[in-house]
Amino acid sequence: MKSRTIVLSIAFAVLAVLVALVSLSIGTTKLPVADVVEVLLGGGRRGTRLVVLELRLPRVATGLLVGIAFAVSGALLQTLSRNPLASPDIVGVNSGASAGAVAVIVLAGSGGGNISGAAAKVGIPLAAVLGGLLATLIVGALSIQRGVVDAGRVVLIGVGIAAAANSLVAWLLVIGDVNDAGRAAAWLAGSLNARAWSDAIPVLVAVVLLLPVAMSFNRDLSALVLGDDVASSLGVRVARIRLALLIVATVLAALATAGAGPIAFVALVAPQIAQRLTRMERPPLLTTAMLGALFVVLADLLARNGLQWLQVGPYELPVGVVTAACGAPYLLHLIGRQQKGR
Amino acid sequence: MHVENLTLAYGADAPVVTGLTLEVPAGQLTAVVGPNGSGKSTLLRGMSRLLPPQSGQVLLDGQDIHTLPARELARKLGVLPQGPVTPEGITAAELVSRGRHPHRGLFGRLTAEDDAAIEEALAAVELTELRERPVDQLSGGQRQRVWIAMVLAQGTPHLLLDEPTTYLDLAHAVDVMNVVHAAAHTSGRTVVAVLHDLTLAAQYADHLVVMGQGRIAAEGRPVDVLTAELLHDVFGLQATVVEVGGAPVVVPDRRLVG
Repeated sequence: MKSRTIVLSIAFAVLAVLVALVSLSIGTTKLPVADVVEVLLGGGRRGTRLVVLELRLPRVATGLLVGIAFAVSGALLQTLSRNPLASPDIVGVNSGASAGAVAVIVLAGSGGGNISGAAAKVGIPLAAVLGGLLATLIVGALSIQRGVVDAGRVVLIGVGIAAAANSLVAWLLVIGDVNDAGRAAAWLAGSLNARAWSDAIPVLVAVVLLLPVAMSFNRDLSALVLGDDVASSLGVRVARIRLALLIVATVLAALATAGAGPIAFVALVAPQIAQRLTRMERPPLLTTAMLGALFVVLADLLARNGLQWLQVGPYELPVGVVTAACGAPYLLHLIGRQQKGR
Repeated sequence: MHVENLTLAYGADAPVVTGLTLEVPAGQLTAVVGPNGSGKSTLLRGMSRLLPPQSGQVLLDGQDIHTLPARELARKLGVLPQGPVTPEGITAAELVSRGRHPHRGLFGRLTAEDDAAIEEALAAVELTELRERPVDQLSGGQRQRVWIAMVLAQGTPHLLLDEPTTYLDLAHAVDVMNVVHAAAHTSGRTVVAVLHDLTLAAQYADHLVVMGQGRIAAEGRPVDVLTAELLHDVFGLQATVVEVGGAPVVVPDRRLVG
């Protein structure tokens, strides 16, 4: 790893932790950051502990973790397809995962109350992973031409699959009970509101297990950016590695989606910015992960408090609205650059 | 390197190379030429395991390349495909360092041996001063030399190059061919290059293989192989062949209209 990459990774990680601390201190009861730190180190008063550890930390932790998961997923898909537009939110992985999760919320929902128990804890993440994998499988299969995945087709077909999955979601919302549908719609905007530890844990497991797996393929990815033919003549088993990393990327994005909804543009933007700042020829995984975490906690801090700070009123926005507001202009910029390149 | 009765096809299409047998002279530069669609690039893909054969085999030091583990093959055989895509922003030294991939361990950083191979490869293509330059900002000829340095850094005793001079003007093509020739004669590698330009191929090659319709139409020393008769039969070209400095030069006959 180059020193520039290491420095930026550490910088983003430190910033993410700082923003997380600020986020933990702000709320109905404002706490000094020092108290928050004391609680996190195992001390503090009981009331403070309850507020920080049970009410606020699950949300912040979920934010950090889904930021990492989305960003790494985007970095992997962009590298594998050699296309900066190929991220799970563009090529249908998040939409497939959403369709799976919404199906559970709507079909297994109890009408009036929250779904609970096994259906919520295991059902939603599992359905999201299945939905995401199904979307990836379809996009992959339809993108194959002459035995190889065509990088250009991945995005076009992915956008089509995303649209199909989104219309499935819309249909589920229409047939569902109005309360379930309302809850599903709020979740679909990408929200960290009222996250519990049960939302964070599947993402935590995915990040802890799969980030090291992805990073163990770092050197193969460095060969893969030179093209499939060159990579395979350098001894990389291209087909096998591509399949393995495709599954890793899909599971990361799907579990992040299950945890916090399909938060838009994190997976698209974080890898590209990390790549530019480190001046590498592909998104560096660790830097991207840390930037993704920073992006989501910062966006969530703004989403929770931005309108209040602007004195518009005590309203909270879903975090996905803020990331989309930042990410959409960047997407247009990317498309503009790609067309100029032709 | 030995090719035995090799038949190659894409999918269920008709074979592009049929029953081809070739003994590649060790430590020399072999050029493969032929008209468009004669199967020369396909042959190179078959020899490099990028395309599995329908029948026949390719032997490297007596072993079928399809039975060798991927990394072991990559330490014996370097391949430069046609028109490789240069990733945006990669520097010359970084691109060349990728050639060390098959030599490095799981968490391997570059060893002193890797660094030496990279430096040697950059020096061989005379690009040491441009090592920190992004490859996409170099000229076409320099870019192609960086790619050749990448396969040289791989440190393999065998090299396959697919049209390394295509799209280059003559001066740049000559620069590249000098490097390719030196890879065989200075470093003792066995080099096979698919080439488009007959005269350039004849100037540099020790052994010339002329392909036509998926088979070898003729092979041998360039002076013996490249005759007006062969050009007519295989390329459908009316030309005069003259000899300059012991190597044949192809001068196409003009057919001026009006």
